[in-house]
Amino acid sequence: MDKKAIVSTLKKNAMLVVLVLVYLFFMILTGGGIFKPTSFAALINQNAYVYILGCGMLMCMLTGGNIDLSCGAFVCLLGALGGVMMVIQGWGTGISIILMIVIGIAYGCGLGALVAYVRVPPWIATLAGYLAFRGLGTAILRANSITGSIAPFPADFLNIFSGKVFKTPEGELNLPCLIAGIVAAALVVLLVFRTRATRLKKGYEADSMGAAAAKGGLGAAAILLVMYKLSLAGGIPTVLLWVAGIVLVYSFITSKTTIGRHFYVVGGNIEAARLSGVNTKRIMFLAYLNMAVLTSISAMTVISRFTAANADAGKNFEMDAISACVVGGVSASGGAGSILGMVIGATLIGVINLGMFQINLDANYQRVVKGFVLLAAVVFDILSKKKQR
Amino acid sequence: MAKILLEMRNITKTFPGVKALDNVNFQVEEGEIHALVGENGAGKSTLMNVLSGIYPYGTYEGDIVYDGKVCEFHNIKDSEKLGIVIIHQELALVPEMTIGENMYLGNECGHKFAIDWNKTYSEADKYLKMVGLSESSKTQVKDIGTGKQQLVEIAKALAKNAKLLILDEPTSSLNEEDSRALLDLMLEFKKQGMTMIIISHKLNEVAYVADTITVVRDGATIETIDNSGDEPVSEERIIKGMVGREITNRFPKRENVKVGDIQLEVDHWTVHHPLYPERKVVDDVSMYVRKGEVVGIYGLMGAGRTELAMSIFGQTYGTNITGEMKIDGKPVKIRKGADDAIKHKIAYVTEDRKGNGLVLSQSIKVNTSLAHLDAISSKTVIDGDKEYAVAEEYRDKLKIKTPTVEQLVGNLSGGNQQKVLLAKWMFAEPDIMLLDEPTRGIDVGAKYEIYCIINELAAAGKSVVMISSELPEVLGLSDRIYIMNEGKMVGEMKASEATQESIMSVILQSGRGA
Repeated sequence: MDKKAIVSTLKKNAMLVVLVLVYLFFMILTGGGIFKPTSFAALINQNAYVYILGCGMLMCMLTGGNIDLSCGAFVCLLGALGGVMMVIQGWGTGISIILMIVIGIAYGCGLGALVAYVRVPPWIATLAGYLAFRGLGTAILRANSITGSIAPFPADFLNIFSGKVFKTPEGELNLPCLIAGIVAAALVVLLVFRTRATRLKKGYEADSMGAAAAKGGLGAAAILLVMYKLSLAGGIPTVLLWVAGIVLVYSFITSKTTIGRHFYVVGGNIEAARLSGVNTKRIMFLAYLNMAVLTSISAMTVISRFTAANADAGKNFEMDAISACVVGGVSASGGAGSILGMVIGATLIGVINLGMFQINLDANYQRVVKGFVLLAAVVFDILSKKKQR
Repeated sequence: MAKILLEMRNITKTFPGVKALDNVNFQVEEGEIHALVGENGAGKSTLMNVLSGIYPYGTYEGDIVYDGKVCEFHNIKDSEKLGIVIIHQELALVPEMTIGENMYLGNECGHKFAIDWNKTYSEADKYLKMVGLSESSKTQVKDIGTGKQQLVEIAKALAKNAKLLILDEPTSSLNEEDSRALLDLMLEFKKQGMTMIIISHKLNEVAYVADTITVVRDGATIETIDNSGDEPVSEERIIKGMVGREITNRFPKRENVKVGDIQLEVDHWTVHHPLYPERKVVDDVSMYVRKGEVVGIYGLMGAGRTELAMSIFGQTYGTNITGEMKIDGKPVKIRKGADDAIKHKIAYVTEDRKGNGLVLSQSIKVNTSLAHLDAISSKTVIDGDKEYAVAEEYRDKLKIKTPTVEQLVGNLSGGNQQKVLLAKWMFAEPDIMLLDEPTRGIDVGAKYEIYCIINELAAAGKSVVMISSELPEVLGLSDRIYIMNEGKMVGEMKASEATQESIMSVILQSGRGA
């Protein structure tokens, strides 16, 4: 590979490079603290909601830079309702989960209909929920608890969304976790080379041997590293299964299915999409329905993590999800972006948060740093793309 | 000999990879109307952008001599200060603002910190009177028609103390009547001593209004024709300069024409305006097209041609659509939405490829497969390899010039974009193709290739309806021609019997009758 190819590859993966650099930077600052197994577990537990909401937000943003401001507040409301169902009323876990999803679907249908068919601009339609849901959620919590927080949730509920799979004591090597990591890494390598082989066989453009080896090797190495560290931290966090499942499903939808394609073309040129037979209104509807369903799942992971429903749950979640998307290269005007990009963006923000926490930076200054890092990331991205042309 | 007001000497302007202007020399006398004609992409607009400072001094080579002095314009403000004002083809008015506000946009009169509205509106009214508009300057721009908006643009230019007025395609969106009024207004200004440059594709208008005609081709001035005599220069004379050869062979010959049964038929088709439902945009139109036939629909802008096509294409335009549609002799009802029209094997290739035809931010591959994703997917999962193969196939078939089908459509030239648009609809495997201005804004070479594609489609037994406002194109390609005016079908003739004159006279007569 010549110099030019390396430079252009780096530019194409600018955010990944930034992620690695930022990680190394905090490695030095924290004296290796961010490289400890517990840090890996913390990174996943603390950011699970960003990955899940990020998938939904990506779909909304693809349709033309539309966002959902209400998801954070909706997490709070769902938490309060879940608390009332499971803790106060003592309903079964299964029925409560189903009811929470149904509430999500109902809100999603209403919101989707408003946006797609009544044509209310999405940020206004969701601003209403942003204001109303937290108020409603807090009121419900206050009415049922003096402290304004409903707890404890039943253990069978918590086990579905938090805790560890095949838990072992910290420091001990967790075999199931390691094996899962090896299998996943092998699958990545296999997939990369199989794609290349079929493309070559049919005579299409394909990665060079070196590029394919680098792609598969790096991907596999990253997975192995994370899973190895997690295996030392007690095993696979349950929430990682949810995150991985959702990320994989949405990655598939956006890159391989006709419906995913429709999201991209609606954002790219809605009139062209309409005249090509795409039901553009249905796509807008689905974007918000989907967002609300993912918000319900996210709400359950959040309740489980804190083992309680409280008024502060979900605060700024919408901004975190939007930031992850934007840092991950999702176009603010729609039509471009990928799940992988969003995952990288979310991880970058997560690493910065964790790193700053570990060096005991004052919370107010943490925000300042975060603001500038976000801006810098996007400026960097725009500039590196500009030079490509 | 009158004084030379403007001289552009040895202007050369290069864009990455292309020489848009090559040593252009261009002179305008004071007090004349000077027309600039040429094919799309010949360099007319680039030349005017150099003149008005949109391409600032230093980005081109050569000199601009205006009023005896060499000028260095760094932006539009610099050239406007000297009275050089350009009116662009696309109207640059803010619809929600009043005429007066628009006229003084960026040029507000009054104090540095406060706008003097009384002065603004009284001055504006003065200029409006000069262009023959009786509207108050407090009327919102969205409430007046396109013709009047064009006049507002001119009034706006006058308000900037224009000495040299440049009009880029001023009549492209106007109907016949408004166009004539505008040209007469130009002649009126000429009497008062104004110098004007007009860029236009409409050669009859150029011949009517211009004193001198400069022909631009491939970034160079080819010749300057004197048109101040009593007898206007013939259009053929101008075209000869524009294309560089006698136009004997602009249209490929149709071979083995086999016209079959009637494929699509509409009867008493009436379409109402989506926002003003009382207005009929298409009025009681009946037409048909046979298999293997190319039917041309000719009409001026606003005649309802696009609206007719889109209303047939799954009611994608209009409300209260009435009338009967038959495909292969059987009555059909197409549900609202393009998807149902595609299922009925109808394709509509839009006139506005950038606006509603292509997704510019996506690749050729994605655009090609868009209207027929089902064909390359199973159970909604797209077969990426198949998609790639399809895109490659159409790239070969339509000779789309690109290194790879992964190329973004936005990076292609107009002609290649048009081919991608055609590829998309050919891949949708329609029987009936409604082509709306299929050669708008592309160069002669690409036009010829598109014509060949159209002929091949017809030869393959497709029913082709081609909407065009270029008469030679309609005459050269069609088997049969429909003529539309003001929403009505006003004439039908065999192409072999039709001439430019006979078609225009049909339109003129229908206009008088109305």
